[in-house]
Amino acid sequence: MSTRTVVIIFILVAVAVLGANSVYVVNQTQRAVLLEFGAVKKDVKPGLHFKKPFVNEVIKFDGRVLTLDAPAERFLTLEKKAVIVDSFAKFRVTDAKLFYTTTSGDENRAKDLLRQRINNGLRNEISKRSLHEVVSGERDELMNILTRRLDEVAREELGVEVVDVRVKRMDLPDEVRQSVYKRMNTERDIEAREHRAQGQELAAGIRADAEKQREVILAEAYAKAQEIRGEGDAKAAEIYAKAYRKDPEFYSFYRSMTAYHETFSSKSDVLLVDPSSEFFKYMKQSKD
Amino acid sequence: MAWNEPGGGDDKDPWGNRGDQGPPDLDEAFKKLQNNLTEMFGGGRRGSGGGGGGAMPFNSNVILLGLGIVLFIWFAMGVYVIDQQEKGIVLRFGKALPGEVLPGLHWNPPLIDRVMKANVTRVRTIEHDAQMLTEDENIVKVKMSVQYVIGDIRAYLLQVSDPDQTLSEATESALRHEVGSSEMNDVLTEGRADLSQRVKERIQTYMDRYGTGIAIRQVIIDETAPPDEVLAAFDDVIKAREDEIRFKNEANAYANQIVPEARGQAQKILEQSQGYEKRVVAESGGEAERFNKLYAAYKLAPVVTRERMYIDAMQSVYSNSTKVMVDVKGGSNLLYLPLDKIIQQSTQKQSSSSGDNGGTSSSGNSTSSTSVDTTSRPVSRRDYDR
Repeated sequence: MSTRTVVIIFILVAVAVLGANSVYVVNQTQRAVLLEFGAVKKDVKPGLHFKKPFVNEVIKFDGRVLTLDAPAERFLTLEKKAVIVDSFAKFRVTDAKLFYTTTSGDENRAKDLLRQRINNGLRNEISKRSLHEVVSGERDELMNILTRRLDEVAREELGVEVVDVRVKRMDLPDEVRQSVYKRMNTERDIEAREHRAQGQELAAGIRADAEKQREVILAEAYAKAQEIRGEGDAKAAEIYAKAYRKDPEFYSFYRSMTAYHETFSSKSDVLLVDPSSEFFKYMKQSKD
Repeated sequence: MAWNEPGGGDDKDPWGNRGDQGPPDLDEAFKKLQNNLTEMFGGGRRGSGGGGGGAMPFNSNVILLGLGIVLFIWFAMGVYVIDQQEKGIVLRFGKALPGEVLPGLHWNPPLIDRVMKANVTRVRTIEHDAQMLTEDENIVKVKMSVQYVIGDIRAYLLQVSDPDQTLSEATESALRHEVGSSEMNDVLTEGRADLSQRVKERIQTYMDRYGTGIAIRQVIIDETAPPDEVLAAFDDVIKAREDEIRFKNEANAYANQIVPEARGQAQKILEQSQGYEKRVVAESGGEAERFNKLYAAYKLAPVVTRERMYIDAMQSVYSNSTKVMVDVKGGSNLLYLPLDKIIQQSTQKQSSSSGDNGGTSSSGNSTSSTSVDTTSRPVSRRDYDR
């Protein structure tokens, strides 16, 4: 009774093990190869499959687009300027058989191989170009060349399709960066000075113009004023002449008297008087 | 009180009701199970042999119940809900079935089918902040964010190993590429909108090429700035621009001040000259009139009037000034006149007399006069005739 139970249990386990070993699932995101005694037999599509237990072995690997992140490296451009380039590549297993034979299904081994090739490719291409071309103009072209070349090689040798190679970061080394900052500072300085100087220039012009206007206005006013004064003087002279012409001799006398009166009006004026003058004629004798 | 206390009675044992039977209970249960098993298999054999055992209906009921429970659990595991915001895809034995699972309640056989779902309407955002080179080999700092949704769920879930990481890398690459193809001034100022458009297009191109199924909604350049190391210089340029305007404004203010002032001054000069003109004309008119009137009177008695005018004038002259009478013909040969002292004396007198008028040195109007008669008090002589 109990031995029969044991046998039954053993058989059940054996069937379960064999069943588990003969059925396998390949996920949509995966690629797989079927091995028979270690030799690659075929490429397996996603879905439910059967195999001979213990005879066949299934190796699965990621069939999606994978990322290869290359570490940042220092490259020299055509004019021997250093740039630090950080790149990444996108690749996907296309030929599962070839991929398995060259890398034994190890994704990291494939990445190592690709990484070296990317670095070589970048070094070659960057050394043929100037910094300006690398940074701006020919970046797309550079990347396309790299992708195409790498793709050709990788398809043949690794069974891998390289979808894209991209430069993530392209920077100057720290010491160069400092001098770039210095240069940028000087450029800004030029601009700042230019603005200030232009301001001063304009200001000086405006001030000078204003001063010129002031001088002109004042001079014109002076000219006009002198003219008016002259007119006044002329009118006055005419009026005087009209009046005094009646008796010039009397005018002369009258004007002299007025002038004397106004000339000697201060105590500090000292007169030395001769008593024989007309004014003092009665001081000496009461009668002529 | 502990139930296992030594020497305790049966009533204190929680299992007291069956205390004497003890452990053999397990053995019995095992035996029962064994029996059931053998009856099961035995029954099977017997069934194939054409006969039915008495224990058969009970055993098959248990099995059916077990199977039913298992089936129910299996069925229940296959029920799932796709939210309004979500979409799903079904993998049958690992192979993706065509079509998408839309929102609602669904059932797929578990263990056979695997359902993957993701939110396709939520707008996700990644941010990126870095310094980079521009075309003219300057360095700028750019901060931006990318808003995206899952456009193609099948591609998003199946094509690429880490779509979000891929997007982040592609964003960095695209941004640097586009900034690297732009001049610094464009990046910092008016070229920003254009830049974000180009970055968006470029990221979308990459996404499509890799088949990530991600749709870029918007690329927002939050901030573009010069690096901190040169920020001061950039700020100085802004200040310089302001200074330029300030200098201009100051000069304009000056101009706006002095030109009207000059006009005012000119007005003043003109008015003064007109005033002068009016004054001299009026004065001349007045004086002429005065002369005319006087002349009319003079004509009546010319000699007397003339004499009176002469004496009046002389009186005014002599009374207002210091005078020294010198009789040269008197025979004195040498005459010494200390003129400076005389002047001093007379002015002192004058200033002391007008001291209470605020000390102003007045002249002329004082009635006090110093008269020095040199004929009566000759100090020294000099012969003028010689």
